[in-house]
Amino acid sequence: MKTRLMKGNDAVGEAAIAAGCRHYYGYPITPQNEIPEYLSKRMPEVGGVFIQSESEVAAINMVYGSSSAGARVMTSSSSPGISLKTEGISYMAGSELPAVIVNMMRGGPGLGGIQPAQGDYFQAVKGGGHGDYRTIVLAPASVQELYSFTRLAFDLADLYRNPVMILGDGLLGQMMEEVEIPVDAADTPPPEKPWAATGCRGRSKVIINSLYLDPHQLEVHNRKLQEKFSRMVEREQRSQEYRTRDCEILLVAYGTAARIARGAVDEARAQNIKAGLFRPQTLWPFPNGGLLEAAGTAKALLVVEMSAGQMVEDVKLGIEGRLPVHFYGRMGGVVPSVGEVTAEIRRLEGELS
Amino acid sequence: MTVKGRLTIEKERCKGCRLCIHFCPKEILEDCGELNKLGYRPVHLKDQEACTGCGICALMCPDMIIQVERGKGA
Amino acid sequence: MKIVAKRPESLTSKDFHYCPGCTHGIIHRLVAETIDELGLRESAVGIAPVGCSVLAYEYFNLDMLQASHGRAPAVATGVKRVLPDCAVFTYQGDGDLAAIGLSEVVHAALRGENITIIFVNNAIYGMTGGQIAPTTLMGQVTTTSPGGREVGMSGNPIKVCEMLATQQGPAYLSRVSVHSPAHVRRAKKAIRKAFEMQMQKKGFSLVEILSTCPTNWGMDPLSSLDWLEEEMLPMYPLGEFRRPGG
Ligand SMILES: Cc1ncc(C[n+]2csc(CCOP(=O)(O)OP(=O)(O)O)c2C)c(N)n1
Ligand code: SF4
Repeated sequence: MKTRLMKGNDAVGEAAIAAGCRHYYGYPITPQNEIPEYLSKRMPEVGGVFIQSESEVAAINMVYGSSSAGARVMTSSSSPGISLKTEGISYMAGSELPAVIVNMMRGGPGLGGIQPAQGDYFQAVKGGGHGDYRTIVLAPASVQELYSFTRLAFDLADLYRNPVMILGDGLLGQMMEEVEIPVDAADTPPPEKPWAATGCRGRSKVIINSLYLDPHQLEVHNRKLQEKFSRMVEREQRSQEYRTRDCEILLVAYGTAARIARGAVDEARAQNIKAGLFRPQTLWPFPNGGLLEAAGTAKALLVVEMSAGQMVEDVKLGIEGRLPVHFYGRMGGVVPSVGEVTAEIRRLEGELS
Repeated sequence: MTVKGRLTIEKERCKGCRLCIHFCPKEILEDCGELNKLGYRPVHLKDQEACTGCGICALMCPDMIIQVERGKGA
Repeated sequence: MKIVAKRPESLTSKDFHYCPGCTHGIIHRLVAETIDELGLRESAVGIAPVGCSVLAYEYFNLDMLQASHGRAPAVATGVKRVLPDCAVFTYQGDGDLAAIGLSEVVHAALRGENITIIFVNNAIYGMTGGQIAPTTLMGQVTTTSPGGREVGMSGNPIKVCEMLATQQGPAYLSRVSVHSPAHVRRAKKAIRKAFEMQMQKKGFSLVEILSTCPTNWGMDPLSSLDWLEEEMLPMYPLGEFRRPGG
């Protein structure tokens, strides 16, 4: 294990290299520009390919091509750029192609702003592109997790032959923290991909495709995809709890909002309010099992987001109507303060007693 | 009998576009007058002896239904 | 007796779904014959577009990808950067390449991406029912230019080879046609040259092939060939716009 002080966006780039990714395609957009900048330097050092494409649309289609040819491949962007990539992500899900897509969210809608936000939850978690498909969505809350989740994302993408999204935000990308890098696991060789299109020498031809003109065949294909998504729901839920054992008010937050919520839990505890934090690390599949467990002693839930409250829907579904679900959020790139969230916990505590 | 060219026409795959008929320099291809299973009127060689095996019919056939052989043979 | 014309190995035995007399079929065969002759079948990866030739992945007997509308050159870039020794080609219509996908083809050319683009210009959107394409001729009637193409409503037609020839990136640019046996033979030569250049790592090659769409032009296949010759050739002159060493 070695430790390095790293910027979040650089950690994503370095983790991709360590995961054996040698192909990166992207288009500049704040606040994730350090990822392409870092990889434009690193990829040539390791014999990899870096292309600043003409658009996000081109980037995701280059990803489609490299993934089809069997390579580990990544693209990154921020909110408006991810909107442009969604057709390509849908094609990859339909063609069962692995890839890692990083979204360092900024405020929206439209051109929005460049400050950190979480308004792309629906887009990431509920689909984004067209058709019945899902992508695993990992939600890191530290530079360490940006590193380890990026590596994990490549493994999950290959395991399920499906795109995986890292849903970060501008703040996580820009902050610097220490990262523990496992030395032994560096440069994992990508797994064998017999399905990849590499030229048909010694075997029959392969086709990478998502077109099925016969509706019955397309339904069969969809059923197969749905079975895969069910397996993801069973196996890939991830979450973390903080001071939940006796908690009465359970905060639910991810990413940067979870870091603030954690501070607010400590503040509230200092004021003798039994608060705790449940932090989903996968947003899809949503960690329903973990949530029910964490809420064992709770009387109410408080979802904290940097959006209008998009995760609230999944929390309500997850808690199955057993507890009231409250929400506190800021939008447009405004990051809530620990004080604001603590005040909200106190207000809720007042309502409960 | 010696023939210079021999055509094998897969009539059931013919779409009756007539490009081969139009371009045959010897004008020995014609519409056979009957429908095939696809519902098209396929092409048919009316004069085997006149065929030189030049291959122009196959060159212009979009559906590769014509195989051409050339040379001496029976 | 020697077989002089037969189905190339680089095509599967599947029957083309193309309309009677549509020259997409001829162009498929020319590409497949070229791949056979250059011994590239087992090291080729083809990219099918969205358009009438979307099912090209069923027809070419080699590893094939299906790309989203217009993005084949970006997809080909992604493939080629992983497999630099494979013969990577796209097969695209004029709506796919010159409308929605114009940016992708231009930038692949600017990068000198070592891929081959087979660009089928039939002056119309075939698959979706004969709408106006960027390549539709002035005055040409289509389902979305019912009064004939007119600048005020639809702008001017695009000359892809001429446009790309103004740039440094491309290594080979050629416009050919398939409206007569002599032209089909010339088209084959151009396609072969494009693939040869790719294998010699010379960079970006594009062959624009003037093609017919009898169904949406509303003509029989033979009149379509005449229309191509009389109407399209003046607008889209044939020739090499960038050649090896030129
Ligand atoms: C994003 C997207 N927009 C539109 C379509 C619908 N569409 C399918 S084919 C096509 C036009 C194809 O025309 P062209 O490229 O000229 O090829 P042709 O059919 O003439 O061979 C369009 C617009 C699509 N599939 N995807
Ligand atoms: S619609 Fe036109 S381009 Fe498409 S197959 Fe028919 S004739 Fe060919």
